[in-house]
Amino acid sequence: MAEVLVVVEAAASGVKKVTLELLTLAREIGTPAAVVLGGPGAAEALTARLAEYGAEKIYAAESEEIDGYLVAPKATVVAELVKRVSPAAVLLASTQEGKEIAARLAIKLDNGVLTDAVGLDADGTATQVAFAGATIVKSKVTRGLPIVALRPNSLTPVPAPASPSVESLTVTATESDKLAKVVERVAEQKGARPELSEASVVVSGGRGVASADNFKLVEELADLLGGAVGASRAAVDSGFYPHQFQVGQTGKTVSPQLYIALGISGAIQHRAGMQTSKTIVAVNKDTEAPIFELADYGVVGDLNKVVPQAADEIRKRR
Amino acid sequence: MNIVVLVKQVPDSGAERSLRADDNTVDRGAASNVINEMDEYAIEEALKITEAHGGEVTVLTMGPAGASDSIRKALSMGPAKAVHIVDDALRGSCAVSTSKVIAAALGGLNADIILCGSESTDGRVQVLPHMLAERLGVAALTGARKLTVDGSTLTIERQTDEGYEVVTASTPAVVSVWDTINEPRYPSFKGIMAAKKKPVDTKSLADLGVDASEVGFAGATSTVLDHAQRPPRSAGQKVVDEGDGGVKLVEYLATEKFV
Ligand SMILES: Cc1cc2nc3c(=O)[nH]c(=O)nc-3n(C[C@H](O)[C@H](O)[C@H](O)COP(=O)(O)OP(=O)(O)OC[C@H]3O[C@@H](n4cnc5c(N)ncnc54)[C@H](O)[C@@H]3O)c2cc1C
Ligand SMILES: Nc1ncnc2c1ncn2[C@@H]1O[C@H](COP(=O)(O)O)[C@@H](O)[C@H]1O
Repeated sequence: MAEVLVVVEAAASGVKKVTLELLTLAREIGTPAAVVLGGPGAAEALTARLAEYGAEKIYAAESEEIDGYLVAPKATVVAELVKRVSPAAVLLASTQEGKEIAARLAIKLDNGVLTDAVGLDADGTATQVAFAGATIVKSKVTRGLPIVALRPNSLTPVPAPASPSVESLTVTATESDKLAKVVERVAEQKGARPELSEASVVVSGGRGVASADNFKLVEELADLLGGAVGASRAAVDSGFYPHQFQVGQTGKTVSPQLYIALGISGAIQHRAGMQTSKTIVAVNKDTEAPIFELADYGVVGDLNKVVPQAADEIRKRR
Repeated sequence: MNIVVLVKQVPDSGAERSLRADDNTVDRGAASNVINEMDEYAIEEALKITEAHGGEVTVLTMGPAGASDSIRKALSMGPAKAVHIVDDALRGSCAVSTSKVIAAALGGLNADIILCGSESTDGRVQVLPHMLAERLGVAALTGARKLTVDGSTLTIERQTDEGYEVVTASTPAVVSVWDTINEPRYPSFKGIMAAKKKPVDTKSLADLGVDASEVGFAGATSTVLDHAQRPPRSAGQKVVDEGDGGVKLVEYLATEKFV
């Protein structure tokens, strides 16, 4: 069976969950082969986890050049690998970086590309959701191999232990790969919460939370449920919570098992980012708020009363 | 600074949007069409740069004849002129061929900075900026929440999951922006009047030297096989808080095994 290249994404905490989803999906199409793109020594820390989820082979491209520039050197490495091993498909995460690598690959290989997929069949047919989650689209790459970027939380990763061989790749970034130089990476404090786009529980606050200080209610409930914190654009624009936590059309798309909306009206641009959540719960004092149209469970009430009581109740049940 | 801003016309994300039953393309006839919201931030950023450093802003759109409304709206914010790539053969173009056509048009415009939105609200593909950079062999600074221009050096801050990165490049470069970068101006009455007289250069595929077989449905590198309306979510239970809303909420979460 031909290899299916999975472009690995990792964070400080290790391999991202979406990569494990990709490895799970890759098994349906061919032999999963993980491609690690990082600084010197990047692959070693990830190998055990990639093996656990079925990587039969690990390609390790490790170099300062990979870390020192925006995605272009990564795309060059993957394009060369594709030409050499003729994989059945290239799977990436539908994140900013995954889409950017996919974009460059498509041009280098004169190949089609599909982003924001939520599923992929063995024959290369991808499922995408369009227009704020209202439309389901089936599409296919018609020139070249399937290059498909998958949205995080599209499927449940399943372990399938393998014993991969590791092959290191030489990184030969061209001059034009080195035009956009990363001069600094600044970590902003985030605490121990799961990454927003990958979390299985997301608790979001909107304008109804009313202040930055009051977002501690949202954080407390999120922490009790082991979830991530999100925010509506109105909450972000009002300075209640940082932009990287914005959910919606111009923020993150999330698809958790449980989404709790606190003081969020449910505007279409907000729905765009959370409509495919499995279970939706809303607390809003306005019984007419559109968020109730899609909530599986809604509480009409003041979040300042309902949320602390819910938090107490969860603690009591422990 | 010579700046070209890429502006796409898209169906209004606040209204109903759909795909056509016959060819699975975005139904532009049924939709109310507007400038891709993210591109308004690119226009604003371009104007701010030329106000501070001198130079000229050109708007570039590839889209059907009806996109001229959006071009006038863009010009009313302040850019000097526009290029409109319009050709019947472009219908059904995929991202790969769109980037080919736009790259061909950029070839003649001698831009120091090509500014675009981070993504379009209809496709949300977020691929065009890097495709263009790859084709043109110039730097791509994407996802900027802040852009600083110092001579020919461009520096951006871009949000990441962990925090942010500072990335720098020399012109010419493609820069894409998020909506956190600025607050777009509203066109003034004077701006709207002036926009009516600003030059809009219309280009066909032949003008750009791109063959019709490379674009549209004929040249597409991917195809939409099928589409369907997702069953709308139905509303579930709704309770009014009578002093026990929090407890009820947790009871629900417990039956669903979340606590
Ligand atoms: C181009 C564009 C892109 C956009 N992108 C996004 C996006 O990515 N994400 C996004 O979220 N929005 C986005 N928006 C904005 C969107 O249209 C809404 O304005 C926004 O989602 C509203 O946020 P909100 O629900 O927090 O605020 P509001 O609409 O003001 O709703 C606040 C809600 O809180 C309730 N409330 C108030 N006090 C309490 C209380 N004490 N207890 C309980 N409930 C209370 C109110 O009843 C109300 O329903 C976008 C808009 C545009 C035009
Ligand atoms: N047809 C088009 N005409 C002009 N600019 C476009 C077009 N398509 C995309 N763009 C630009 O590319 C950006 C990213 O688009 P996309 O890759 O489609 O998400 C948009 O915000 C626009 O600035």
